[in-house]
Amino acid sequence: MAKEFKTLLNQITLPYELAYGATWTRFFEGMKEKKIYGTKCSKCGRVLVPARTFCPQCFVDADQWLEVSQEGTLLTWSYANYRYFGMPTDPPFISAMILLDGTDVGFLHLVAGFDLDDFDVVRQKVKTGMKVKAVWEDDRKGHIMDISYFEPL
Amino acid sequence: MGRPVAIIGVGQTKHGRRMDVSYPDLVREAVLRVFEDTGLTPDDIDGVVSGTMPSMMEGVALTHFYFADAMQAVGKPIMKTETCGSTGVSIAHTAFYWVSSGMADIVLAVGHEKMNEGDSQATMTTVAEPFYQHYFAAGAPGVFSMQSRLWADRYGISEEKIRDAAAYISKTHHDSAFDNPYAHVKVKVTIEDVKNSKIISSPVRLLDVCPNSDGACAVIFASEEAVHKLGREKVAWVRGIGFRGEEYYFGDSDKVVWQSAIQAAKEAYDQAGIKDPKKDLDVAEVYNPFTFQEMMFYECFGFCGFGEAPDMVLGGAFARGGQLPCAPSGGTLCTNPIGATGLIRVAEAALQVMGKAGDHQIPGAKMALGHAMGGIDQFNGVMIVGSEF
Repeated sequence: MAKEFKTLLNQITLPYELAYGATWTRFFEGMKEKKIYGTKCSKCGRVLVPARTFCPQCFVDADQWLEVSQEGTLLTWSYANYRYFGMPTDPPFISAMILLDGTDVGFLHLVAGFDLDDFDVVRQKVKTGMKVKAVWEDDRKGHIMDISYFEPL
Repeated sequence: MGRPVAIIGVGQTKHGRRMDVSYPDLVREAVLRVFEDTGLTPDDIDGVVSGTMPSMMEGVALTHFYFADAMQAVGKPIMKTETCGSTGVSIAHTAFYWVSSGMADIVLAVGHEKMNEGDSQATMTTVAEPFYQHYFAAGAPGVFSMQSRLWADRYGISEEKIRDAAAYISKTHHDSAFDNPYAHVKVKVTIEDVKNSKIISSPVRLLDVCPNSDGACAVIFASEEAVHKLGREKVAWVRGIGFRGEEYYFGDSDKVVWQSAIQAAKEAYDQAGIKDPKKDLDVAEVYNPFTFQEMMFYECFGFCGFGEAPDMVLGGAFARGGQLPCAPSGGTLCTNPIGATGLIRVAEAALQVMGKAGDHQIPGAKMALGHAMGGIDQFNGVMIVGSEF
């Protein structure tokens, strides 16, 4: 669109160095070793993943660590066909909420491992309730994207 | 609830792509209109509340300082309220608390955003922390699409039916926007246009999604004493307010039987004495940046049972002339300057019960609901206004 009015171009670039703290540090150390860690609330007993310092419902420490399953059930998903700033994945991609076996909250990640270009094909393949399994990067950095995606089983 | 409080006037800018004005001048446009609407002057104002979505949206932090002059707040107490998408309703709540507590008699509330000056989607990705959720929940449509699918699957609603109902909502709101002089998007769309528009984030298509708008809204809240002293008759009494939050992570709580929405509405209903919202409310300005999500709010607010919204929509229950008209202004779907949006919902509800909504007036409206949602489906806020206290 042709510019109709005079504008000033302003750009702000700010680097941040964010502390992981003990809980994220241990969780991401696990990712490097292809392990997904959760923690169990000492009061309600829910298994929370990713691992938490405390339960967001009971507000007490969730300090019992356990390695959770790398398989789970697809709770919901969305096929994104739009490029968002800062997203690591080129569109199209599938954002997904997965209930990892033995856990009590939805875990967010990607579903992939097949051709995503044609939505009608994707629609036939991806079903809520289907089983999925984590696929790992070879070169892991202690980051949430050490899991490449979850693939249908 | 403290002492009675009423909305006595409303001012809105023409919303849209407003590169013709600087941001402070945009804010001033709404403020001048509310002074014109009420006949008040800055001398009458005891305090000013303002708010935006993240200040990063326009690259200037703490905008209540930047806009102090434009809001004619010099020499007055000023504060900022910010709760993401629900900011506008929170501004209204803050102004209400201030007057209801007896600490002020007349308070000016101003919400504002200029989404076209920066990268609004990039700003919204900063709502999600960069350790985990950012990579999957960033960008509003993806989250709301996941939520919609969760809902449709839970109640076994066919993809065709929610698609038809969402398209009906989009068409009717786009039609309504033509009757609202301040609305942003004024485009005639057909059901087929909606269903054939580009997929943004399945099932959400382009015409299921709100625009990036520039705009501001100003509302004046007054105590009962001030209303009588000023001799005002057509006012909108605040009858109930409710606000609830839930856990930060999207996967931690149920977003279908969505407690923050249910409880926020319930709190406001209890205060207003509303037993059956579909009967007792005459109009609702439900926050609806996404057609699919709008139907979930109908259910959480008790306008119909869970899983029933698509059939009710297709039967016309929530259209103008229906049992409970929703978003006769064209709603957030057609106008979304985020920091102003929730306050616009409250302002539109107030205009309805004051009988001043012009071409989109619901005849005889006496009780109206305004609502907004914020965060990654984390917060919901409601304000109910009535023509009588």
